[in-house]
Amino acid sequence: MKSRLGSVLLSLLMSTSVMAGEYDLTVDRVEIDTGDFVKEGIGYNGASPGPVMRFKEGETVKINVTNNLDEMTSIHWHGLILPFNQDGVPGISFPGIKPGETFTYEFPIQQAGTYWFHSHSGFQEPDGAYGAIVIEPEGREPFRYDREFVVQLTDKHPHSGDRIMRNLKMMPDYYNREQQTVGEFFSDVSKNGLMNTVRDRMAWGDMRMMKADVEDLQGFTGLINGKGPDQNWTGLFEPGERIRLRFINSSAMTYFDIRIPGLDMTVVQADGNNVQPVSVDEFRIGVAETYDVIVRPKDEQAYTIFAESMGRSGYARATLAPEEGMEAAVPQLREAARLTMADMGGMPGMDHGSMAGMDHGNMDMDSSEDMSGLEHSSMEGMDHSNMDGMDHSNMEAMDHSDMSGMDHGAMTMGKEDKSDPFYAKGSGLMPKAANGGKFLSYADLKAQDPLYEDREPTREIELRLTGNMERYTWSINGVKYEDADPIRLKYGERVRFKFVNETMMTHPMHLHGMWSILDVGADQWNPIKHTVSVQPGTTVYMETEVDAPGQWAFHCHLSYHAAAGMFRKVIVEGGPESTQAKADVIGEDGGEA
Amino acid sequence: MSCIRSLVAVSFLATVGFSTAVTAQEMISDTTARKQPLTTWGVQFEEFEYRYSDDDEELGVWNADAFYGTDDFKVRLLTTGEYEIEEQAYETLENQLVGQIPISKFFDAKAGVRFDTPEGPDRTYAVLGVAGLAPQWFEVDANLYVSNEGETSAELDAEYELLLTNYWILGATLDATVAFSEDREIGVGKGLVSTEAGLRLRYDLVDRAFSPYVGVVHERKYGDTADLAETGGGSTEDWFAVIGARIAF
Repeated sequence: MKSRLGSVLLSLLMSTSVMAGEYDLTVDRVEIDTGDFVKEGIGYNGASPGPVMRFKEGETVKINVTNNLDEMTSIHWHGLILPFNQDGVPGISFPGIKPGETFTYEFPIQQAGTYWFHSHSGFQEPDGAYGAIVIEPEGREPFRYDREFVVQLTDKHPHSGDRIMRNLKMMPDYYNREQQTVGEFFSDVSKNGLMNTVRDRMAWGDMRMMKADVEDLQGFTGLINGKGPDQNWTGLFEPGERIRLRFINSSAMTYFDIRIPGLDMTVVQADGNNVQPVSVDEFRIGVAETYDVIVRPKDEQAYTIFAESMGRSGYARATLAPEEGMEAAVPQLREAARLTMADMGGMPGMDHGSMAGMDHGNMDMDSSEDMSGLEHSSMEGMDHSNMDGMDHSNMEAMDHSDMSGMDHGAMTMGKEDKSDPFYAKGSGLMPKAANGGKFLSYADLKAQDPLYEDREPTREIELRLTGNMERYTWSINGVKYEDADPIRLKYGERVRFKFVNETMMTHPMHLHGMWSILDVGADQWNPIKHTVSVQPGTTVYMETEVDAPGQWAFHCHLSYHAAAGMFRKVIVEGGPESTQAKADVIGEDGGEA
Repeated sequence: MSCIRSLVAVSFLATVGFSTAVTAQEMISDTTARKQPLTTWGVQFEEFEYRYSDDDEELGVWNADAFYGTDDFKVRLLTTGEYEIEEQAYETLENQLVGQIPISKFFDAKAGVRFDTPEGPDRTYAVLGVAGLAPQWFEVDANLYVSNEGETSAELDAEYELLLTNYWILGATLDATVAFSEDREIGVGKGLVSTEAGLRLRYDLVDRAFSPYVGVVHERKYGDTADLAETGGGSTEDWFAVIGARIAF
């Protein structure tokens, strides 16, 4: 008892007096040189990306942000758990930072891991206002590494954010240069026959949807830590070292498929939270997500970090090398992605008869629920992605009485095709590793150390992700932010969010201020994230422990989707007394929940 | 023990004090631009070209529109002109100002006024129309006009784009006008008045902002309108070679 109180005292002392880091950031107009083009943008401390902010878990940070622009600005600390008025969303957390003004953020650091920060004003983030956050944990990390690098990706476009938004509103396919052509028609005819090809084109034409509608914004140069492919950002290592790569996708619009030919990657963290290690050959990083991976290059040679956009319209590239100037081969881009009818599964008014497997969130959950009958201790060593290689002698050790509940159908599925349950069955976006190996799935993510006790959600809120590509309008439940009432949550409840993607695009949904516990069917081991990708034609569930009073933003993190209306304000009512009184002040009525 | 208790009390107070300081700010309501309807604008010259006819007639032609507004309401200015270079006169000059609202997923309704001020008599029309994207990717624009003389007519515009590659695009257009009553003064007979069909091959040189093209255009007048044209010494059918650029900004 005594020692516990002592530690309370100690941590109190540490958090209030000993550990108080003060940091300065200026928001500046900067020049951005991608190697392909030079443009004016916005950065921090004179550069884009801004500096890597290194915090320590347990400290209280004070960050003085000086706005040197001639417009309002703001900084949102993406993924950080903090008081709502420090969250940096103009109009929701605070009024914003005026030109010439210095705003001081002050909040306790209550977590560790890889995060990032960015402006939440206008299109300043796509224009370059972003940087990385690395938080050193108080305790030991459950994995070892000798060296670490931040690998921060973005999709730098020659046009300004305002211009891009306007062009997309004027012509939604303004930037799409991967559309189906006459040439593709003929190559499809030779592959699938004339009638099938015509039928296919007619079916899509009837919906007025494009199979090529994967990336709204093409023509960008992929940057890693601010460097274009030709400028080749390079991280140096000694052979045999374990290197921790902190991948952050700070893109406005682009998902990247990342691989390092010649190296296995062990994913140890997702969105700042440690996960049970998964060894993969390739992984897809959604906009605003982070993944920490550990690689161990043994040879005295260079390795290419190759980040190919999901639609294959562009890429970012960097190098890991024992010496400056060394480089490895840069792979070719794979063929442009094409949506399939499976990706249209969520469209209302479609014939669902053929879409038996539509509710993929459920499907996955059911099969893994059955699996949970197995003893977890013996499960851990099992690589589910690669069931072929499973040692059957180990199976003997498993409790066969529990096995009876196991869904063998589901098991075979995992074995035969490597389809990811977080994509519609037969989806054109289904990821495949370039080397035919293991591609990370959300289903592989298991929390290393659950943050919350697993409990039944108190209620479910359905959020249909909706939009109209031809008008470039994006919304939730068919309502744009401008017309929407806030979503009202009660402090202390555990809400289950059901995302139903009724569009043909992928949406990375980001709830500010509170964790998103992604339902991968692992119950208490469900991973804890801040951004959850919802693929077209799928339903995804996440749960949130409503433990942060105040008001928060909740939106699709694709910059131009958020700006077009796929955005909500969340109000958490109740909570510690000091905040409760103020919640009633808000003069807004209604709410979606 | 009491010492510890007081420490706990201090720490408790400190926590409460801290959270009060942090959270006792008023929750604001969102008055930022994000909460307002997104206002946008655009200017597009679908056609901006030089035409040379099989009768050695030379024309400067444009067909453009500019809009300003939100998803729910846009103001659109449409302008079309055919300038006879040799005679230095406008064969046609139409300006429309319409308000536009969405009526379905892919279609908008328009209403407004149209001013025709070519060489010769002028006309003012009330306009009612629908424009949007029909199945199989046909851009359609259909309008009903009532002139200040009380004559009614209708116009249908359709456009289709064939992507030879993602930069070489073949655009086909068809424009047909029907009059429900004749207006001899401006050479319009009852029935099908005229058609204009065009085929243009363009190359997107600068994004979709500047796309030079070459093409052919066929114009034809029908029925009473053709008779009126012939009486007036004009042609009833023309083929044009065109060169120009599609411009958007």
